[in-house]
Amino acid sequence: MTDLAPFADAVGSDGAVTITGLGTRGGPIAGVRCVSAPSGIDSVQPDEMIVCCGAGTPVNEVKAALATHGQRVAIPSTGTIGGALAVGHSDFRRLGDGPIRDVLLQARYVSAAGEVVKAGGPTVKNVSGFDLCRLLVGSRGTLGFLGDVILRTRPIAPHSQWFSAPTTEPYACFARLYRPISVLWDGATVWVLLEGHKTDVADQAATAGVQPCAGPPALPTGSRRVIPPADVARLTGSFVAEVGVGVVHHADAWTPPTPDARAVELERALKNEFDSTGRLNPAV
Amino acid sequence: MIAALVDELRVTLAERIRTGSTELGLYARDASNIGGSAGAVCFPISTEEVQMCLRAAHRHKVPFVARGAGTGLAGGATPLDDALVVVMTTMNRVLSVDPINRLAWVEPGVLNLDLSRQVAHHGLHFAPDPSSQQSCSIGGNVANNSGGPHCLSDGVTASHILGMEVVLSDGSLVQLGGTEAEPFGLDLRGAFVGSEGMFGIATKICVRLTQNAPAVRTMLMDFASVEDGAQTVSAIIAAGMVPAALEMMDQLCVQAVEAYIHADLPVDAAAVLLVEVAGLPHGVEADVARIIAIGNAHGARSVRIAQDEAERALLWKGRKSAFGAIARIKPNYYLHDTVVPRRMLPQVLRQVYEITERHQLQVLNVFHAGDGNLHPLLVFDKREPGVMERVLAAGEEIVRASVDAGGVLSGEHGIGLEKRDFMPMMFGPADLAAQGAMRRAFDPAGLANPFKVLPSPAACGDVQHVPEGAWV
Repeated sequence: MTDLAPFADAVGSDGAVTITGLGTRGGPIAGVRCVSAPSGIDSVQPDEMIVCCGAGTPVNEVKAALATHGQRVAIPSTGTIGGALAVGHSDFRRLGDGPIRDVLLQARYVSAAGEVVKAGGPTVKNVSGFDLCRLLVGSRGTLGFLGDVILRTRPIAPHSQWFSAPTTEPYACFARLYRPISVLWDGATVWVLLEGHKTDVADQAATAGVQPCAGPPALPTGSRRVIPPADVARLTGSFVAEVGVGVVHHADAWTPPTPDARAVELERALKNEFDSTGRLNPAV
Repeated sequence: MIAALVDELRVTLAERIRTGSTELGLYARDASNIGGSAGAVCFPISTEEVQMCLRAAHRHKVPFVARGAGTGLAGGATPLDDALVVVMTTMNRVLSVDPINRLAWVEPGVLNLDLSRQVAHHGLHFAPDPSSQQSCSIGGNVANNSGGPHCLSDGVTASHILGMEVVLSDGSLVQLGGTEAEPFGLDLRGAFVGSEGMFGIATKICVRLTQNAPAVRTMLMDFASVEDGAQTVSAIIAAGMVPAALEMMDQLCVQAVEAYIHADLPVDAAAVLLVEVAGLPHGVEADVARIIAIGNAHGARSVRIAQDEAERALLWKGRKSAFGAIARIKPNYYLHDTVVPRRMLPQVLRQVYEITERHQLQVLNVFHAGDGNLHPLLVFDKREPGVMERVLAAGEEIVRASVDAGGVLSGEHGIGLEKRDFMPMMFGPADLAAQGAMRRAFDPAGLANPFKVLPSPAACGDVQHVPEGAWV
């Protein structure tokens, strides 16, 4: 296990502090003292389907180490592991891989009091206590700074192939596929990522009426919208939508809907419990 | 306090709040060996009624315990201190199904298997499949973050819950998530799943539905030693396969099951593995061939592949009948639930046999080997003087051996009362304080299912409740 004492000392217990990894997701907060989490892979355990690493480890370093064992981890391929978990956005493979929040089995983080705190446990199946790991994923460093993590891995499929077809009706294609990894749609074309046995992949593509293609389209970066998946069919403008998920990469900016007022109160109560002075990533 | 609360609720609930000795006795425990005491039992039929009950309980400062089917094995739904038991089984409607995007809104009292049956005509099912799936409720699955044999490939309940409508302990209503995949803000729904009724009561739940596999192959391999079986499990995973299920039974269990269901199981084997592979046909056949080769390389004596759906159902019946079958050996059992790293399975199983032998107890092992999720089943006759003490002592040693091997306290049954005081085996004071902070944020009054999961002083209270039958 990584020695987190120096990281905890750096975070300390007083004064505003922010954290940065590789700066790919917006970087640290300007004008605030900045720390970084430890980096490095502690162990890859393919027969346990886990990897243990410092939160500051680049995602691609972890993916390269896993690939030598024929495994992968469902985390977007930019920046650090800690940054990806703190932001909590899954990538376009979410339909098949499941959300990034399901990847984090155990985390040790540094709390606002400067203490090392453990959440979760090292096994995939674990209901020992409340699920603090899921609360940490997507919390943007406001509840604690991730120090080291244990992540769930998956085998790399023997065959992986993108397909596409022109269509204004993506659900006809979606309904014919068995557990596709990704189904993207821009209003005129559907792109499908299929994985598994080569013959199954070819059979599925034929059933759905899609043709092999080079890869997915470029994803617009104006906004990443999260909408009910049933609303995808009604989208307008320049977009690429994740069918069956409801994540939409849109060219235009977007204001998310106002969250439930009582849920906002709960979030404030949690923040108050975990960081009553608001010193961790202030104003995030 | 409770009398005034009952009088107030009776105005609206009438016959649906009960204080008779039969009801209070029935609802004083769940399926664990731990008894408590219920002050009143109510059966709300709507979110508004649940809100009314909790608002009143809050005003009267009476603790409450949400209860589904009561199949929990850790005392999570056992009421303490004459709490109000809020039974959710009458809220049991499937509210809507979206077969295109594969999700459904359900009330918490819907039974797990009923949901899968109701969406079967869409080619869909609800993936978590606890052994109690015929009788356990979705609300209970959410509270316990329940698992099951097929969670090896498809994940536990938390992976299948999109959103919830929840009544908090002050009676207020909150939406946690919805059909949206990743709503802005903290993942409150993720935090709520597995909170064992201590964060509030879910009154509507949005579940993800899973496509039924076009091809399924089920096989039984038998081994001359438990080690050979366990090493086969690790080798299958290390080879890059994640079967739909990977279950193990040891010899005593196989013998009990065979005497019960007559499925022509190999009763002379030290261990059998039940392996199910599901997916598209070519991938399934390729995996079956590789799994058989791995089994043979690890000393499998025979491989039986189910030839049709009837034989497949029979093999699964063998696995799922274990708890009925043991009644032929002894009248009582205590089922344990710990998880260890897969590579530690042989060592921890050896320890389980050593511990139970030392305490002069019989043990059957039937468990989710693919997840490293052990279920040692101690069988005994509680009329034997001193046997309960030996059962509890052996249980504690098994939990400790699992945690010492790098495992966890519970894989799917939860902590409840049963393992509350074992939490410090896994978590230090700062770790427990963080979990206590989650609880305080959701339930500052500490009225939702108090004194479970968190040992004092991390719990919101200073009384150390130790009901009869709990492990101490």
